[in-house]
Amino acid sequence: MAISRERLVGVGATSPSVVMLLLWMVVPLGMTIWFSLHRYLLLQPGSYTLVGLENYAYFLQDPAFLNALWNTLVLVGSVLIITVVFGVAIALLLNQPFWGQGIARILAISPFFIMPTASGLIWKNLLMDPNSGFISWAMKSLSLEPIVWFSNWPLLSIILIVAWRWLPFATLILLTALQSLDEEQREAAQMDGARPIPYFLYIILPHLARAITVVVLIEMIFLLVVFAEIFVTTSGGPGSESTNLAFMIYKQALLQFDVGGASAGGVIAVVLANIIAIFLVRLIGKNLDEE
Amino acid sequence: MSYGKRLAGVAALALGLGVGATAQAVEITIATVNNADMIRMKNLSDQFEKKYADIELDWVVLNENTLRQRVTQDIATGGGQFDVMMIGTYEVPIWAEKGWLNELDFSDSYDVGDLLDPIRKGLSYEGDMYAAPFYGESTMTMYRQDLFDEAGLSMPANPTWGDIYERAQQLHKPDDDQFGVCLRGKPGWGQNAALVSTMVNSFGGRWFDMDWQPQLDTAAWHHAVSFYVDLLGNYGPPGASSNGFNENLSLFSGGKCAMWVDATVAAGMVTDPESSQVADEVAFAQAPHAVTEKGSKWLWSWALGIPSSTQKPEAAQKFVAWATSKEYTRLVAQKEGWRNAPPGTRKSLYQNPKYQKAAPFADKVLDAIQAARPQDSTLKESPYVGVQFVGISEFQGIGTSVGQQLAAALSGSKSVEQVLKSAQRSTKRTMKRSGYYDN
Amino acid sequence: MVNQARWQRVGWGVAAWLVALLMFFPIYWMIMTSFKTEAAAVSTPPSIVPMEPTLQNYETVFEQSDYFRFAWNSVVISLGSTMLGLLVAVPAAWAMAFIPSKRTKPTLLWMLSTKMLPPVGVLVPIYLLFRDWGLLDTLFGLTVVLMLMNLPIIVWMLYTYFREIPKDILESARMEGAGLWQEVVYILLPISLGGIASTVLLNVILAWNESFWSLNLTSSDAAPLTAFIASYTSPEGLFWAKLSAASTLAIAPILILGWFSQKQLVRGMTFGAVK
Repeated sequence: MAISRERLVGVGATSPSVVMLLLWMVVPLGMTIWFSLHRYLLLQPGSYTLVGLENYAYFLQDPAFLNALWNTLVLVGSVLIITVVFGVAIALLLNQPFWGQGIARILAISPFFIMPTASGLIWKNLLMDPNSGFISWAMKSLSLEPIVWFSNWPLLSIILIVAWRWLPFATLILLTALQSLDEEQREAAQMDGARPIPYFLYIILPHLARAITVVVLIEMIFLLVVFAEIFVTTSGGPGSESTNLAFMIYKQALLQFDVGGASAGGVIAVVLANIIAIFLVRLIGKNLDEE
Repeated sequence: MSYGKRLAGVAALALGLGVGATAQAVEITIATVNNADMIRMKNLSDQFEKKYADIELDWVVLNENTLRQRVTQDIATGGGQFDVMMIGTYEVPIWAEKGWLNELDFSDSYDVGDLLDPIRKGLSYEGDMYAAPFYGESTMTMYRQDLFDEAGLSMPANPTWGDIYERAQQLHKPDDDQFGVCLRGKPGWGQNAALVSTMVNSFGGRWFDMDWQPQLDTAAWHHAVSFYVDLLGNYGPPGASSNGFNENLSLFSGGKCAMWVDATVAAGMVTDPESSQVADEVAFAQAPHAVTEKGSKWLWSWALGIPSSTQKPEAAQKFVAWATSKEYTRLVAQKEGWRNAPPGTRKSLYQNPKYQKAAPFADKVLDAIQAARPQDSTLKESPYVGVQFVGISEFQGIGTSVGQQLAAALSGSKSVEQVLKSAQRSTKRTMKRSGYYDN
Repeated sequence: MVNQARWQRVGWGVAAWLVALLMFFPIYWMIMTSFKTEAAAVSTPPSIVPMEPTLQNYETVFEQSDYFRFAWNSVVISLGSTMLGLLVAVPAAWAMAFIPSKRTKPTLLWMLSTKMLPPVGVLVPIYLLFRDWGLLDTLFGLTVVLMLMNLPIIVWMLYTYFREIPKDILESARMEGAGLWQEVVYILLPISLGGIASTVLLNVILAWNESFWSLNLTSSDAAPLTAFIASYTSPEGLFWAKLSAASTLAIAPILILGWFSQKQLVRGMTFGAVK
C-alpha cells in the first residue's frame, strides 16, 4: 500500500511538467498540420484558403524530392556511423589516464561549441578551398592533386563538416557513460586477464548501448534538419547533389515564403523521421533488452 | 492555452516597465546589411544623433540572407520590429505594390533630381519613390593590366563575351595558379543566377515571355549557358561552382585571376592596397555583351525604406533622408576620404573632381549604371522589371533552383541540355503553383 | 612488466593527444586567422603562425558591435533555459524512470520525434503568436522557447541516466522514511551528478549555438551571440579574419565554461559508493 501511495504522489508531482511537455509537443505539430492544409503564401496577402492535401501533392511531386530524401538519409547515416564509431574510439582513448587529460578532453570536445554557419564558412574558405585552403596546401606540399571538395564531392564535404561538429557530442556522452562503468567490474575483468577485444565486446560495448542510443536519437534530430552548413558552402548544389529535405523546405519557407507548402514539407519530414526512428529503436532496442 | 496567457501577462508587465523608462527620446530600430558601406554609416550615425537630439538609433546588423529573411517575415506579418530597413531594388517595387512601404517625401534640399535615373526608377512604384538609395552598383570587367602587357594583349573598352573568351584562353595558366577568368558559380538567385541572367539577356534571351511562360529551354539560354560553362569550366579556377562574390574577390585580390566580371562595388576593393595584392595592376572595362548590349549590365542598389508598420514614421523619414543625403556623402569624405563615399546614387558625386581622382574607375561605374534599363532589359519583350532578376516574389526560389542546375552543368555532373530542361520544368511548376496559369 | 605497462600508458597518452589536436585543429586555425590581416588570411601558401600578428580584427569587432551585450544575452538565455528546463525535466524524468508504464517509452520517442520537425515549418505561426503576445525581442520569450525546444532532449538524457540507478537504493531510502523530495534531492541528484552535469553542459551549448529561433525572434534588445556572428558572415568583401575573431570571441565564454564543468563532470562520475 505504501508503495502505491508513493506512486500516486509521484504521478501527481510530475504530471504538470508532463502535461506541459505534451502541450508543447502537440501545439506546434498541430499548427503545422493545420497550415499544411492551407494555401498560405505570406507574400500574397489574402491568399489564405483551405486546399486539402494539395500542398502534400505539390511537395511530393517535386522532381527533387526523392533525391533530397536520399541525400538526407545518406547524410544522417554517414554522420551517425562516423560519430558513433570514432566517438567510441576517442572516448576509450580519452578515458585512459594520461598527462594533460583535462586539456585534451576539452580540446577534443570544443568543435561542438562552434556555431554551424561559422564552422561552415571556416571549413569552406580556410580549410577546403581548392586554391588557398590549408588542406589543398598540405596536399600540394605532398605533391598530390588537391581535391576540389565542394564541386566534386559536395555531399561528402558536408558530411565531413557536420561530422566534425557532432563527433565531440558523441564523445562527450560516451565518455560520461564509460566513466560509470563500475570500477570493480573493470578491475575484476583485468584480474581475470580478459583479452582487450572480448573485454571490449562483452563488457564495454553492452555497457555503452544505452549511451549509443542517446547519441543516435539526439543526433538524428539535428542531422535531419542540417541546413546552415549546406547553405553557406554549396547552397544545395551542384544540381541537387547536396540538397536535403531541410534545404528543400527552406526554399519553400524562406525564399518562396510559402507557409502551406513548407508546413507540408515539415509534416512529411516528421513522418519520415518517425519511420527511421522506429526502425533504429528496434535495432538498438534489442541491445537494450539483452542487457 | 492558459500557459500562453500567463506568458502574455508577464511579458506585458515587463514591457510596460520598459516603455515607462524610455518615454523621453524616440528610438528607431534600423535593420541593415553588414556590407562595409553600411557599417560605416552605423559608425558615423552619432553625427545624426547629435543633430537630432530627440532621436535614438538602435541597430540590427545582419548578413544579407538573414537580413532579407528577417525583414521580409516582419513586414509580411506586420511584426513592427523595424522602423527603417535596408532593402534592395528587388524588394522595393514588390513591397510597394502590396502597400507594405511608406511613400517617401523629400524636401528640396535633398535634391531628388540629383539621384541617378535608373536607380531612382528602380526604387519607385507607379512613379513614387518608396526607398532612398544608399549605394548603387552595376557590373564591369576587371582585369590585370600587368598580365595583359606581359602577354601582349589589350582589352577593348567595351568587350564582347567572345573577346573575354579569347583572352581567357591565352591567360589561363593553371600550373602557375593563374586562371583566365573568374565568374560567379555558387548557386543562388543573387549569385550565379544573377550573372547568367545578364548573359542570357545579352545573348538575346529572357526568363519569361509575355504570358509568363518560362523560356529556359530556348536557343538563347542554350547558347548563353553553354558558353558560360565552356568559359568558366575550362578557363576558370577549380571548384568554380562554389565561388560567389567573396570567393572570387579573394582569388582576384590574391592575383589568381586574369579577368573578373562582377559588381562594380568590387572595384574599390581590388584597388585597395590593404586587402589586395594586385591593387596597382587592375584595369577596368565595361561588362561584356554578346548579340545585344541590352541587359548585359545589371543594376542593383541598396536602399533605405520605411515599413508601413512603423510607429515612428517621422523619425524614420529623418534618418532615411540624412543617410542618403549629399551631406552624408560629404561627411564620409571628410572622415574617411572621397574614395569611401557611397557610390552609384548621385550625379553630383560623379561630377566632383575630388571623387574622380580618388576613384579612377568612377566614370565606368557611372556609364554602366546609366546604361541599365530594368524596365527594358531583354531583346524580345518581357513582362517583368529587372535586369539580373525578375521582379516577382517567386523569383528568389526560382533563381535559386535554376542556380543549382547551372552549377551542376558547370561542375560537369549534368549536360547543359539536361539542366535547362529540368530548370524549365521546375520554373513552370512554381509559376503554376502561384496561379499565373493553370496548365 | 611494469615498464611495459608504463610505455603502453605513454603510448595511449600520445595517441589521445594526437586525436585531440586533430579535432581541435580547425579551431586553432580559426584563432590563428583571427590574428591575420584579411589579405593574409586567404593568401597562399598559408602561414601556420601569423607572420605579422595583428589585433586589428578584434579592434574592429569591438568597435563595430557591443560584444558584451550580445554575450550577456547569450549567457542569460542559455543558462536560463537550461535551469528552467531542468526544473521541469527532473520530475518528469524521475517519473518515467521509476514509475514506468506501458506508455512511457512511446511517449519519450514521440517527444523526441516532434523535435525532428524542421523549425522553419512553424516559424510563421510562432512569429505571429509572439507578435500578439508582445514577446518579440524579449529575453524572456526567447528563454522560454529555447527551454521548450530542448526539453525533450533534457528529459530523454536524464531518463537514461536515472534508469542506470539501481532501484533498491531509492527503495531502501524510502524504507528509512525519506519523502519524495528528500529522495530526489539527497539520493537521486548526487548519484546522477555526472549525468546531470553533462546534460546541463550539452543544453547550454545547444542553446548557445541555437541560431534559428534566436535570430528570428530577436532584433536588438535580446539578440544573443548568434546574431553577433550573423553580422560578420558574408558581407561584400573579405571577411574571414574578422569572422574568425568574432567566432573566437563567441566561443570563448563557453570554452571556459566547458573547461570548468569538464572537471565537474569527471568528479561527478566517481560514485564508488553505488552498488
